[in-house]
Amino acid sequence: MSAIAPGKSKVVSAQPLIAAPSSVATRDVHFAFGANKVLRGVNLDVKGGTAACIIGPSGSGKSTLLRCVNRLLEPDRGEINIGGRSVMGDDPDALRQRVGMVFQHFNLFPHKTVLANITLGLRKLRGLSREEADATALAQLDRVGLRHKSQVRPGTLSGGQQQRVAIARALSMSPEVMLFDEATSALDPELVKGVLATIADLAGEGMTLLVVTHEMGFARRVANTVHFMDHGQVVESGPPEALFEAASSRRLREFLSQVL
Amino acid sequence: MDILRTLRETFLDFGAMGQSLPDLVRVGLPNTLILALCSAVLGTVAGMLLAVSGLSGSRWLRWPARIYTDIFRGLPAAVTILLIGVGLAPFGLTIWGPNPYPLGILALSLIASAYIGEIFRSGIQSVESGQLEAARALGFSRSTGMRLVVIPQGVRRVLPALVNQFIALVKDSSLVYFLGLLATQRDLFRIGQDQAANTGNESALLLAGLFYLVITVPLTHVVNYIDSRLRTGRQGDATERDDTGDDHLAFALTREAQ
Repeated sequence: MSAIAPGKSKVVSAQPLIAAPSSVATRDVHFAFGANKVLRGVNLDVKGGTAACIIGPSGSGKSTLLRCVNRLLEPDRGEINIGGRSVMGDDPDALRQRVGMVFQHFNLFPHKTVLANITLGLRKLRGLSREEADATALAQLDRVGLRHKSQVRPGTLSGGQQQRVAIARALSMSPEVMLFDEATSALDPELVKGVLATIADLAGEGMTLLVVTHEMGFARRVANTVHFMDHGQVVESGPPEALFEAASSRRLREFLSQVL
Repeated sequence: MDILRTLRETFLDFGAMGQSLPDLVRVGLPNTLILALCSAVLGTVAGMLLAVSGLSGSRWLRWPARIYTDIFRGLPAAVTILLIGVGLAPFGLTIWGPNPYPLGILALSLIASAYIGEIFRSGIQSVESGQLEAARALGFSRSTGMRLVVIPQGVRRVLPALVNQFIALVKDSSLVYFLGLLATQRDLFRIGQDQAANTGNESALLLAGLFYLVITVPLTHVVNYIDSRLRTGRQGDATERDDTGDDHLAFALTREAQ
């Protein structure tokens, strides 16, 4: 894997860092693992360019819902709309190129360097040349402050650094929407801040974000809307101050009393 | 003392060794290497196909792969080699002429592929499901994700077991002598054995055994080397690692935990 040698590198323009943000809406989405009904008619609306935090107890279906949005899991029933259009008839592989996803356990490819983790999709899916892909990937690594780690393997990085590489990898595909599945839950406490700051930056830049999180402080500070899920449904939605200060449902009040 | 002398004359007759040495080097060694290398390559390719079929979602790929594996892993190698080498000899004769090697290599490859297929399958299955999920989340299809992300990691994890299988293959290659070999087709074992049968002296066979060790012992060290590399991580990264980055403490902690 050749680094872009200073002086020798061709001038290659990086891709635009953000595609136009799209709205996300789910309509009556149902999903079951066998007999276990995880989603029972989820309705969710996220305006384009806003950050939505999805909160709720374990097992309430938050992560399953995210996986239905990019159709890693196929909903049994219901509709996913992205950019105001149903994506249920789209090729799922093509759909997932438009929707970035970041996982709890990073899921970086350990046999590839940090740079190669990011360029894999750019080269094999977008068909970029090595120079173009490297330039795009390095621009994304700059954005998460890890350009100097481009040539190491992910296993040598801290959890926080790995997660920021995972964010850079997802961003490199210029997604219209970013999904975060408990992106800080596997991190040591002192590393959480850096990753949350990176996500908050994306919100500030006007990306559409769906963030499943247990970080209530983050949800309150960064989210435009907060959505409380319980037993496979969105029970309550609204701006963070409304949900956190004046929860209308008993279940949300109970949940907040346990986590705050 | 008589016993010691008898043992020495039986096993360490340097005259008998000297007589068989040219044949072992010029005929036996190349033939054994040809058998082992060809069937290792064919067995690895077929083993990968078996592993992927065995993990397929389609039962029409999965079941044949399982049945094949059960059969060729369950039969004694000598039985398979005789069944293929003698049973298919009429076909072999019309295609390749009076050369038992193609069918011998075929039989060895069939046996090896059954074992290698299981080795690959266990390696591929050991890769965390999140890896394929991450590849698919980027927009790769399931099959491309397997090819680019999951299989390379799975194969890496089972390299030691794979090399062990190659060692077994080098030794099993001696079984082609069942198929009847012309003087120039003899492998290491057959040359040592011929000399032993003719003279009643096992020294040539012992020398043949040393040739096998010359091939297999370095391979076992390759296994150990790969194994220790996989355990400790790659050397290259250790030198590239720098502690100047942020989140210093957790970095050290995660290294320790691994």
